[in-house]
Amino acid sequence: MSFLTYLISGLSLGSIYAIIALGYTMVYGIAKMLNFAHGDFIMVGCYIIFSVSGALAGNSLVGIVVAIILCTLLGITTEFVAYRPLRGAASPLAVLITAIGVSYFLENVALLIFGADIKSFTSVIKWEGLTFADGQLRIQGVTIVTILVSLLVLLVLQTFIKRTKQGQAMLAVAEDKGAAALMGINVNQTIMLTFAIGSALAAIAGALLCSAYPSLSPYTGAMPGIKAFVAAVLGGIGSIPGAMIGGLLLGIVEILSKTYISSQLSDAIVFGILVIVLLVRPTGILGKVIQEKV
Amino acid sequence: MKKSEILTTAVASVMSLAMLVGCGEGAATTTETSSDATAATATEASAPAGPTFKIGAIGPLTGGAAAYGNAVCNAAELAVAEINANGGINGYQVEYSKEDDELNAEKSVNAYNTLKDWGMQLLVGSTTSACSIAVSEYTKADNMFQLTPSGSAEDCVKYDNAFRVCFSDPNQGIASAQYISDHNLATKVGIIYDSSDVYSSGIYQKFTEEADGKNFEIVSAEAFTQDNNTDFSVQLQKAKDAGADLVFLPIYYKDASLILTQANTMGYKPTFFGVDGLDGILTVDNFDTALAEGVMLLTPFAADATDDLTVKFVSQYKEKYGEVPNQFAADAYDAVYIIKQAIEAKNVTPDMSVSDICEAVKGAMTEIEAAGLTSAKMTWDANGEPNKEPKAVVIKDGAYVSAQ
Repeated sequence: MSFLTYLISGLSLGSIYAIIALGYTMVYGIAKMLNFAHGDFIMVGCYIIFSVSGALAGNSLVGIVVAIILCTLLGITTEFVAYRPLRGAASPLAVLITAIGVSYFLENVALLIFGADIKSFTSVIKWEGLTFADGQLRIQGVTIVTILVSLLVLLVLQTFIKRTKQGQAMLAVAEDKGAAALMGINVNQTIMLTFAIGSALAAIAGALLCSAYPSLSPYTGAMPGIKAFVAAVLGGIGSIPGAMIGGLLLGIVEILSKTYISSQLSDAIVFGILVIVLLVRPTGILGKVIQEKV
Repeated sequence: MKKSEILTTAVASVMSLAMLVGCGEGAATTTETSSDATAATATEASAPAGPTFKIGAIGPLTGGAAAYGNAVCNAAELAVAEINANGGINGYQVEYSKEDDELNAEKSVNAYNTLKDWGMQLLVGSTTSACSIAVSEYTKADNMFQLTPSGSAEDCVKYDNAFRVCFSDPNQGIASAQYISDHNLATKVGIIYDSSDVYSSGIYQKFTEEADGKNFEIVSAEAFTQDNNTDFSVQLQKAKDAGADLVFLPIYYKDASLILTQANTMGYKPTFFGVDGLDGILTVDNFDTALAEGVMLLTPFAADATDDLTVKFVSQYKEKYGEVPNQFAADAYDAVYIIKQAIEAKNVTPDMSVSDICEAVKGAMTEIEAAGLTSAKMTWDANGEPNKEPKAVVIKDGAYVSAQ
């Protein structure tokens, strides 16, 4: 019974990693860049929801909508100001380092505006969840909602990419930017759209992250962001279903190693798994099955 | 260029003057470099007639930790005024001066030097740990008696001339174990601590050592780190499965607020018991204080306590400074009275040298038994650590109330 309890805990944590990883992998798969600031977009989204809901006396739905819009704008702006000018740089490291810079920039701006003190986030999911076995087992509402939202996002993204013109353009850009441009695809616009979608996903992930773990600080997004990156690599970076599987798997591994091995070593184990996966199967779980990225 | 020269000269002359005042030798050997320095000599003229004890206090009076420093300096001032009104120490009046260190170790040393120049014989300070440690290097060299009201890091009292009023960080672990045992709060205790933090793991260690042989059993001890402080479900579930009816949280309120939320989601309702790091949990923005209902925390002082000393102190402090005193104020108020008691025990007089006073007071510290706001009975060992009965508060209706 207790194993099942821990498994459910793992599922809760994993579902959060999964939805964050979706955004990571989406941007990587198409723009071929690691947006290390993704975790901080999530944090920004949380603060927007927190502030808007606070101003509207707890109307979190409006907060989420505003957060999605503002995060999308933030993503587009960041891409335009910080990433696009460096896309042609000799080394791909330039964009990577800039992403880290953007990450610190956002954290410090949040520190300036909201201070270092934590804020307690009111869950946007009011549903208590499901209980089994006379209340001994409980799956939280936010976990179920997170998994459903992740699946929905996954389906929508897959359909969008496979069935729409813009989606096909994204695939083309992912394959070869130069060739795509020659075929008349507006590469800059396509990448901007990718960032817009990725950032909107960050706002949704933020709402769910802070509903599950309701403590909001300027560093809220940093560590989950890195873990979600690990999840994306585990699942095969660039692969959207891979991000989902990687996230769930990572959450379960983390909780179970905390439970049965050591609560202090769980991070070491999680990152150890990353190393092993990269050694044995560099493309991740689904990296090879799906030939095309995204 | 010219302007900066004038400034340099002025600064130099003020400094040399300050040194002179500090030596207390009058103006005979003045080497003034500029005439405008003489204007400053008049400021030190307000001292009462006859020899006096000079007690100085240091704390952050401005900046982010100003609440702590002002509490310490105000309460010390209040204690000195009371003592003077009641005839002073050994019949001698007490002079008091305070300096700001802005929570900066170097500035704390500067503040110490300023006070020394003023003629300070005994130091109440610094308020915070890092500043106390920095200043203790200098009090040691000068052999000046130092009593920090609230410097809780172990190294604050590493020299034999330094003592403290509050518990050291790790000793809060001992005090917590004693409190839980003395008040029969639990039979099975779970612990959740931060292994990446010295403060937390230090308290945890002392707690487990002290718990050995007490009337409760530690049934689970689970750690987390600052890189892994979002999900506490495993730590809580383990405590729950082990049947812990009290969970000890030697951590900061930031993580504790999440633990309380998650425990509530799980439907796990043990008594949560914390130390001073938990102080502040009620101030978390948007935090549902109902979740903290019944949480206990170790603290030396509760302003709502009904004993005469506390009531009198709180009302006087409120009247003079317009706010409710916190534990820093209580520690500092006690510190001044402890110094008074130590001076009286050894018949120290103000005409003795700083070093002689220090030797006498230091000797007295290990012999006296003081009563104050933070404890009815305090004694000290030669390491500078206090032995006193721990006190706790419990959160009721969103406010701290004394646990008894």
